[in-house]
Amino acid sequence: MSSVRIMDEDQIRRAVTRVAHEILERNKGLDGVYLVGIRTRGAVLAERLRQAIRNIEGRDVPCGILDINLYRDDLALVNKQPVIRETLIDFDITDKTVVLVDDVLFTGRTIRAAFDALIDLGRPACIQLAVLIDRGHRELPIRADFVGKNIPTAKGQQVRVRLSESDATQDSVVVEG
Amino acid sequence: MGDWTHKHLLDLQDVSREDIELVLDTARSFREVSEREVKKVPALRGRTVAMLFAEPSTRTRVSFELAAKRLSADTLSIQAAASSLTKGETILDTALNIQAMNVDLVVVRHQASGVPQMLAAGTKMAVVNAGDGCRAHPTQALLDMFTIREKLGRLDNVKVAIIGDILHSRVARSNIAGLTKMGAKVTVCGPSTLLPIGIEEMGVEAVYDINRALKDADVVMALRMQKERQQQSFLPSVAEYVREFCVTADRLKKARPGALVMHPGPTNRGIEIAAEVADGPQSVILEQVTNGIAIRMAVLYLLLGRKV
Repeated sequence: MSSVRIMDEDQIRRAVTRVAHEILERNKGLDGVYLVGIRTRGAVLAERLRQAIRNIEGRDVPCGILDINLYRDDLALVNKQPVIRETLIDFDITDKTVVLVDDVLFTGRTIRAAFDALIDLGRPACIQLAVLIDRGHRELPIRADFVGKNIPTAKGQQVRVRLSESDATQDSVVVEG
Repeated sequence: MGDWTHKHLLDLQDVSREDIELVLDTARSFREVSEREVKKVPALRGRTVAMLFAEPSTRTRVSFELAAKRLSADTLSIQAAASSLTKGETILDTALNIQAMNVDLVVVRHQASGVPQMLAAGTKMAVVNAGDGCRAHPTQALLDMFTIREKLGRLDNVKVAIIGDILHSRVARSNIAGLTKMGAKVTVCGPSTLLPIGIEEMGVEAVYDINRALKDADVVMALRMQKERQQQSFLPSVAEYVREFCVTADRLKKARPGALVMHPGPTNRGIEIAAEVADGPQSVILEQVTNGIAIRMAVLYLLLGRKV
């Protein structure tokens, strides 16, 4: 099994900074824009985006955490059930622009679950999607608005994102298999 | 966190400390669902949960029913008085008929100890014990532990005084089983006729003097005087019980300042607990009820939220 490092710490930092600029540019600033990260690594990346945006604009953007496991379409099929953690969103998303943040965009099923989870919390004016990695192989008609890096992969390969906050190791993106 | 490996929830004596922690942590995540405008998640869509209650209950049955509904499961409720149980059908036959209608999980309450075990052995459904005789009421103990942990931040070394009719109390037995597993120090207190002989073997201290039981307690749990189980004369009189064992504001001063006051409900005000204590600032009785839904959602999710 091969293992290829696609991104290192500096490359991830630059990608996050660029995506922060793109979010600001697309939304013409921060008004009515909220970040929501999907547990676990999407939440870490949302927090990094919040810091990057503060460095650029000098203002904080509200940032929440979403656990999508209760909305998965395969809950009745899995043998090993996911551990449910808290959804922490202490703002009303109705009529706001929600930038959903995740680490890897693959089949799109996680994002589909996130849409349902978000819409149960309110009716956002619009949802945008920011991901660190888009690896292709969508099973649903979903696309990202902001992408850190596009990586062509084979469907059987694994893309592993490691972030210091969640994985107690140096930041990296590795493709295995 | 560990994985949930049990098919049923019958008794806290069968589960590990890690299992209890998993239920409490999962319940924490579910609490938020009940605070939303849309109080529903699709996790158990397509599953069916039956409540089979052979004993009266409002709190527990409604709590399980709401928990199942907020997880999008379909629910049905069978109460003994209005069912074929009055025509002589056995509880196992009733359960097998429910199973024949493709129900996934049955929540059972029965006046006889061991009925949930019998249904677990005799049917293919997952079984949750909602109280059997004097034996066990695991979800009540879980919600009590959840409430204590949320309020005090821990269970380890928390001093809990359980006051009242210990003999007939499945709530006390399940709390003792759970709390001692989690490292809490439990003291039980009541009239000698209502303290079972050998209760110390469950790892608790037994005392007859309420002032001694309350001394430095972090949690004071009053139990309901169970009139329906008092046909034999366990007490000279209710008045004497009140004089010796009612949790009053005055007696509560012996406990730690700010100690939590708990009661599994329904309360007999002025008998096991003074009204001013039940409604007082230290009371978390209604929070227990709120937390009950999150705990039952966690239990139902852990038992049904996967391939079954």
